Amino acid sequence: MDSLIRILRNNSAIPRADIARQLCLSEAEVTAKIAKLEADGTILGYQAVINREQWDTESVTAVIEVRVTPEREGGFDRIANRIAGFEEVESVYLMSGGYDLLVIVDGRSLREVASFVADKLSTIEAVQSCATRFRLKTYKENGMRHALEEAPERLSVTP
Amino acid sequence: MSSSRIAAHVRDIPRSGIRDFFEIVQSMKDVISLGIGEPDFVTPWHIREAAVYSLEKGKTGYTSNLGSPRLRRSISTYVAKHFSVEYNSHDEIIVTVGVSEAIDLALRALLNRGDEVLYHEPCYVSYAPTISLAGGVPIAVPTRAEDHFTLRAAALEKAVTPKARVLMLNFPTNPTGAVMPLDELERISAFAVKHDLVVLTDEIYSELNYDEVPHHSVAALPGMKDRTIFLHGFSKAFAMTGWRIGFACGPADIIEAMMKIHQYSILCAPIMGQEAAVEALEHGEPSVARMREEYRLRRNFIVSSLNDAGIPCHLPKGAFYVFPDIRGTGLTSKEFSFQLLEAKKVAVVPGTAFGPSGEGYVRCSYAAAMDQIKIACERISDFVRPLGKR
Repeated sequence: MDSLIRILRNNSAIPRADIARQLCLSEAEVTAKIAKLEADGTILGYQAVINREQWDTESVTAVIEVRVTPEREGGFDRIANRIAGFEEVESVYLMSGGYDLLVIVDGRSLREVASFVADKLSTIEAVQSCATRFRLKTYKENGMRHALEEAPERLSVTP
Repeated sequence: MSSSRIAAHVRDIPRSGIRDFFEIVQSMKDVISLGIGEPDFVTPWHIREAAVYSLEKGKTGYTSNLGSPRLRRSISTYVAKHFSVEYNSHDEIIVTVGVSEAIDLALRALLNRGDEVLYHEPCYVSYAPTISLAGGVPIAVPTRAEDHFTLRAAALEKAVTPKARVLMLNFPTNPTGAVMPLDELERISAFAVKHDLVVLTDEIYSELNYDEVPHHSVAALPGMKDRTIFLHGFSKAFAMTGWRIGFACGPADIIEAMMKIHQYSILCAPIMGQEAAVEALEHGEPSVARMREEYRLRRNFIVSSLNDAGIPCHLPKGAFYVFPDIRGTGLTSKEFSFQLLEAKKVAVVPGTAFGPSGEGYVRCSYAAAMDQIKIACERISDFVRPLGKR
């Protein structure tokens, strides 16, 4: 199962028949294993990793450090889920250290993100403070380099 | 220019079988090459970064002839951990310019003119010429597909004579990917003891072992350490071919003799590579594990694809080569490789480049990106289909 997940994490678009060959399984076995991982919630979905320098250059991404007051029943989970519910929010993580939640927000413009923070995020009762930082450039995301390195030349036949 | 300017023992060495082929491939465009005997991975970044740092610190001088003390200590620890043999970093380890130099040094240190060296074939291209250049007589012992290209002690017994001094082993093997089961390795070590042979074991591919059974070094078998020279390096598992760093571990008297030759011909291995090698040994194992896993998946892929194409190919347990049987096409190894290159622009190496016993086989390296392997296999399948089965 580990090998299968590693393959899919690296490239989920790879044909099932190719995965089958790599794992010495039949295509039907691979399909069944993947269906099981999807059904039990191990695999949540499949996405493309997009180079934002080439597509949608106007949009902005904010990384927001949020301090919250945990609730008596529910701790951080309820408030984190409440924040995660907004469709502007791309990711939410509970963090150790100086703040509690790390929230990543995608917006079409600076203004849109600012208004999300001012009107929606910071007005939630449990939220004590927000420190908002904007992403300027991406070099590596989900294990993928954004500027493609040219492959170094190799000799075409060597012993 | 007269050819007599060249010393007879050099002139008599045949031209490398790979070389002609290389020149043709090099002159063609858009070839997918499964002919490359080096990792397609670049050296892991943490290793490159350590080398850059050492340059920044100004580490640009000679090292001790034997190699930097720190690297030798790291080698000693690594070999003890992974191969269960302990070598003293002070006088039982020498750092060389790749394993190739270590083989040359060992043979030159051991052989008197006319001494015989047993080695298994198909094998790495340098073995027979290096033996000849050191004044020895190469004695090839063929391995067979039906044994998955493992070496049989019985085959060695047939080939040995009183003149034999050295036995060379290379498991996992380039070009067959064969590994040695422990019981047969024990029979071979008993054979070496019986005939009082020094064993030269080139274990450059040892980390690239996909078997459930761990790699065993002949040096770790009872009574073998004192008659074994253990050779290893960084090129394959750590993807460091161009750094040219290898090493030999062995009895102090042999290492001393090898050092005598090394100090006059090479002086020392380049310090930059030695610095990188320390980083590789001390922190490189996760990178090796990642690359090994990728090779394992590619191996499964290429073996299954070739078998489906009608080219029988056993599942090798080590290195990054498969050695499929192309006899069903009715072509020789050379014809197969040249015609495949011409017709489909896929380069594989004729088995005969690795000795006459490689006839009927070709070597395909899976040290190539998965998508390239996939296209190459499709083209090979297209190529063999009209040839039919004999």
